[in-house]
Parts: sequence; C-alpha cells; structure tokens
Amino acid sequence: MAIIKKLKAVKINQNHLLGIQDLTISDISQILNEAKTFIGLNKSSSKKLDLLRGKTQINLFFEPSTRTQSSFELAGKRLGADVMSMNIVNSAIKKGETLIDTAMTLNAMHPDIIVVRHQDSGAPNLLSQKVNCAVINAGDGRREHPTQALLDALTIINRRGKIEGLKIAICGDILHSRVARSNIYLMNMLGAEINVVAPKTLLPHSIERLGVKVFTDMKKGLDKCDIVMMLRLQHERMQGSFVPSPREYYEYFGLTQDKLALAKKDALIMHPGPMNRGVEIDTNLADDINRSLIREQVELGVAVRMACLKLFCKNI
Amino acid sequence: MMKEKYLVNARILDPKNSMDENGGLIIDQNGKIKAVGKKVNSLNIPSDSEKIDLKNMILIPGLVDMRVFVGEPGFEYKENFRTLSNAALSGGVTTVVSMPNTHPVIDNVSMVDFLKRRGRDKSRINIFPAASLTKNVEGEHMTEFGLLKRKGIIAFTDGVKTVQNPQLMSRIMNFASQSKALIMQHAEDNILSQGGLINDGEISTRLGLQGIPALAERIIVERDLAFLEEYFCRYHISQISSEKTVSVIRNAKKEGKIFTAGVSINNLSLNENDIGDFKTFLKLSPPLRTENDRLSLIDGLNDGSIDVIVSDHKPEDEESKRLTFAKAATGAAGVETLLPLALELFHNNSVKLEKLIASMTSNPAKILEINKGSLDLGNDSDLCVLDIKKPWVVKKSDLKSKSKNTPIEDRKLQGQVIKTFVNGEIVFERN
Repeated sequence: MAIIKKLKAVKINQNHLLGIQDLTISDISQILNEAKTFIGLNKSSSKKLDLLRGKTQINLFFEPSTRTQSSFELAGKRLGADVMSMNIVNSAIKKGETLIDTAMTLNAMHPDIIVVRHQDSGAPNLLSQKVNCAVINAGDGRREHPTQALLDALTIINRRGKIEGLKIAICGDILHSRVARSNIYLMNMLGAEINVVAPKTLLPHSIERLGVKVFTDMKKGLDKCDIVMMLRLQHERMQGSFVPSPREYYEYFGLTQDKLALAKKDALIMHPGPMNRGVEIDTNLADDINRSLIREQVELGVAVRMACLKLFCKNI
Repeated sequence: MMKEKYLVNARILDPKNSMDENGGLIIDQNGKIKAVGKKVNSLNIPSDSEKIDLKNMILIPGLVDMRVFVGEPGFEYKENFRTLSNAALSGGVTTVVSMPNTHPVIDNVSMVDFLKRRGRDKSRINIFPAASLTKNVEGEHMTEFGLLKRKGIIAFTDGVKTVQNPQLMSRIMNFASQSKALIMQHAEDNILSQGGLINDGEISTRLGLQGIPALAERIIVERDLAFLEEYFCRYHISQISSEKTVSVIRNAKKEGKIFTAGVSINNLSLNENDIGDFKTFLKLSPPLRTENDRLSLIDGLNDGSIDVIVSDHKPEDEESKRLTFAKAATGAAGVETLLPLALELFHNNSVKLEKLIASMTSNPAKILEINKGSLDLGNDSDLCVLDIKKPWVVKKSDLKSKSKNTPIEDRKLQGQVIKTFVNGEIVFERN
C-alpha cells in the first residue's frame, strides 16, 4: 500500500521553479502531463477547482507584464487559491526597500507561493533563499522564463505529438532574451535540434556552448525547420544601437513568406509576445491560423501555470 | 627606548637582496634592522637583549599592498583605520596604499592631513594615501600633483574609476612627467563595460548577466601605452585580468617601454566559474575571467610582465551585498588573506616562493619609491613571520576586517602569518 502511494505521489525534485536548468526530465514530464489535464477544463464553462483552496499566491511583478501576470493570476484563481497581485510601482520598493526586505515582509504573511518577475537576473534565486514558500520565476532579466518555455513545449507537443527529432529555429534578439535561453535548455533536453538565428550583435557570447547551431543568415537558419520561434526586439533592454534600423532588421531577420518558404511546408510559427508587427514578423503570418500558434501559446500558458502552481505549491 | 631583539632560527627570505638563508635578524633599540642573515644566531646574545626563537619559520619583509580601500572618511561602517590595521597585520601586511574613493574624495591637500593624522592615531600599519588623479574622481580636472606630492602623496589614481577622456589623460601624463608623480590607472573603458557585471563569456550568457569584454581593459592599456611614448611618466596599471592584456604588456615591455603592472590576488586564484549561483561576493572589478585568463596572468607574473600582486581589499557591508547581482556592490575584502592565498600558487607549483614574495614586498616598494618591503640594514623593522606549512580554513567569523565579504569563505589554505612586526615591535601574534 505504501509503495503504491509513493509511486502515485506526484513529487517534483525542486522546491522552487527558478529555471529550466534546475529541472530533470522527470520534473518536466510531470509538469507537462499535469498541464494536459487542465487544457479541457480551461475550455469548459465551469473552470473552477478547489485544489489550492486556502492557499495564498502572491504575484510580485517588478517589470510590467500583461500576459504572464494575467495568466498566473487566472491560473491561481482557477485552482481556487487566493491570489494577490502586487503593484510594485506604488510599493515600498520604490521607497528604497530592498528585494530581501520585501520578501521578508511578504513571507511574514505566510503565502504558499510567490510568483516573481524581476529585471535582474538571479532575483528569484535570491528571493527563494529568504522565504519559506515556493518561488516561481515568471522571468528574470535575461536569464530564464521557465513557464514560457514549458508552455511552448506543451503547444508543440499538442500539435506535433512530440518534440524529439524536431528542428526548431529561434530567431531574433537572443542576447536579451530569457525566453530564448529557457527554450534552448528545454528543447535540448526534450531532444530537439535547435538553430538560433540573429545578427551577430544580438547573439550572446559563446551561445553555441548551450548546444545550438548559430546562423546569421535567416534563410539558412530556417532550412527544413519544423518550428519557427520569433522573438521581439527588446528595445527597453538595449543600451545603444544594435541594429541599423527596424527596416533593415525586418529585411534580413523579419519573418516573411519567402523566408518561411525555406522551412518545412507545414512549419509552425510561435512568438512569446508582445509582437512588433512589421519588425520581426509579417503581420499576415502572425494572423495565419494555419501556421501561427501564437494564440494557442497564450491559451496553453494558463494550463502550464496551473500545473506549476499545483506541483510547486507546498503542503498539498 | 626598547631592548634590542634577536630573532633567531629562521629562514630569512629577502627578495630585494636575493637572500634566502637560515639565520636571524637583530632589531636595534630604535626598531631598525641592525643585522640580518646567517651570521645572526643564538650564540653570543647580550644578556640585556630579548631573544625570540622563530623555530625555523620563514621571516620576510612586511608586505606592501598597493591597493586597499578604507572607509574613512565617509564609509566608516565598512572599514575604519583601526579595523583595517588589525586585518592587515593579521595577514602580514605592514604597508598599504589606500585608495582615494572615500567621501569626500582624497583630492586636496587638507584631506591628506586628516588621513595622515587618523592613520597615525588609529592604526599600527604604514598608510600611504593615494590621491585622486582628477577632482572628485570625475575625470574632468586634474588634481594638484605637485602640492599633493609635497604633502607626502606618493601615488595618484582614480581608484575604481578610469580617466576616460583621452585628452585629459594625455595631459595628466604630460604634467606628471615633470612632477615625477606616479600615475596608477584602473584600466576599463566605461562605454564598453557599461552595464556589465561579469566576464563576457559562456557564464554570463548562462546567468543572463551582461558581460564586460576583455577589450574594455585592453583598449585603455593600449591607449595609455601610446601616450607613454609621447609623455614619459611613472605609469602603473593597477590590475589586469585578461590574457590579451598580458600579451599587450609583455610586448610593450619587450619593446623597451618602462612601466609597471599589477594583478589582484583574486584574478590569480579564482575564475568566473566560482561565481556559481550569483555569489555577489565574487562581483569584482576587473571581473574574474576564464581559467585560461587566470593561467596567463600567472605566466605574466612569472615572466615579469606583471610586477605586483595586490589584495584589492574592498570591504563592503552585508547590506550592500545582499542584493541582486546587478545591484550588489563590487569588491571583496582580502588584505588579511592576501599572503596565504598567494601561497597557494607556491604550493601548487605555479610561482616560485621568492617571486611571489617579491611581488608583494620589494616590487611594490620599488614602484612606490619607499624604503619598505626589504630587510635593508637601517630600515624600519617591518617584518612578517610565516608558517608556510600550516593548514587552515578561511572563516568569515575569524576575519578582523569590519566587513566580511571574503570571496574565499571555507577555502582550505596552507600557510599562515604567525607574527607581524612594525618598527621592531610585535603588533600581531597568532597562537
């Protein structure tokens, strides 16, 4: 009896979800399998569960976010948690309080889970050392955005059945992108072949050491790809000039029909949003329901975040 | 007046005088070195003098650390002269050059008097304050080299900052060439390193931290060496961190250019991998770079491209380090672990002992033009007695510095300072 319980018990190896780098294959498959069970629920008319009833979830967003914050908020609510979203613009942080002091203050209110987004890489790691609850990284600096990568994986699996053996191109501002990093780690673990496509000025040092092939010619980088992931030019993180102009960038690195033609015939397009139409992606392609998974990514994002909240929320 | 002291049964190591022999040292009644070497032994010690048996330990000149930050004035909560002095002496350091990045900045004559007075009253070590190269280290107007030098300032540097403006730097070097002032440059191009936190490489990519390219250092070194051809002055590069810079320096020295360079013990002993999971105690400037860079710094030290090792002692209180990596203060405390950590390079056969000791005694003294760092007869008896074999573990709680931001917590080291003398008096002793 005890053995069966042990086998059935869903247990993630980590206390916190700080990055894909910390997860094992078994952690990942647990999260994705769990997420699948929520897809149907999210489409139904009655979306409320009570799995996290009595639990408190705090969303601590130090950077503006629309989709990630609302996705986490909805995910928590659908699981029955009490969700509080902190508006940092008006908080003590602006009055000089440090991240750790904020963490200690929140910790005293006994939350069960803190979802954090921060402009500094490693901020969720620091936070996790100081609080007694689970910390979920909703994006830190340029480092990781694990739930985005997980929802991307779920979206691909939902369409293609698997990730192993697929050829995935990640295109655009790799340098400033936490989405790119998390996706590189995750898709590599799941057995995909990864091309990164970017102008040299937007490639981080030694990126090939993360297990990717690097292309500065988008046409070569997209050759026979199954999935094309586009990234936004992150102007807010750029100091100085990285590309001559949006026009030149679009010419060489924007996703257009003719460049997409080099990928597989049924290649699918993804984008973590928000999109800059006409800068990194042709507006018609973004809306092409046969090719673009962009809306599906948002939809499955809620399911993935429900899975993460459930699995990482302590004392379940 | 004190009794004469006979220090006997020691291995005497004095790189300046190429001395490495078993013997002793006599400290006269004024605290000066009266005799040194194998002639000094336990026999015939006058009855009115004091005998100190060093039990076959190593006796070296007290260390000269060319790059130390003290919190006075303005940041006394990080380090004051008393705590700096205690920390230095427990590491065998008897002379330091303090950086001018205080609040206010050491950029005028009246500040020098304050520092000298405080240093004299509160500390037992020799403190040579450096003054800034530019007013308020803003990189716009040069300070009064001549007047400051007359007040006893022996070196000029903007400390953690680099003079960016090439026109101003060329004029500083031109002016310094006439006043014979020693210019010490922290080599970093601000624009290339803007926003950078650690070495630009695989680790920075993985941690998502913006990188500081090695080029930011090299470009300033090359610029200044070009100026040096036109305006020959006493020029010293405070500390370098990368293979590329080592080779620039090596080639320039080969061509006959006369200048000197230093390296922080941190860059010689640690690399970027030690940053691990965002350890802010390893956020340093210049940043820790690759293992390959570290090895080429050792080569540079061995072939004479690099002249001195410094601690780059930068005490930072816990609050300034308990922040995200981007917001945490830069720097590590290290004056008391400088020598033991450097000995690691001896024990692992990277650097010969004499070379290592020279780079922390006679070489800096020569650059600074001070009568320190050697066992010359008549010099102040500033001495360090070293048990080179003793194993120990670095513990934050044992550190004497007011700030505990050591980058080598829990590191197992071999070799520890047993006694430190200043002016012939025992000012530190370890049981």
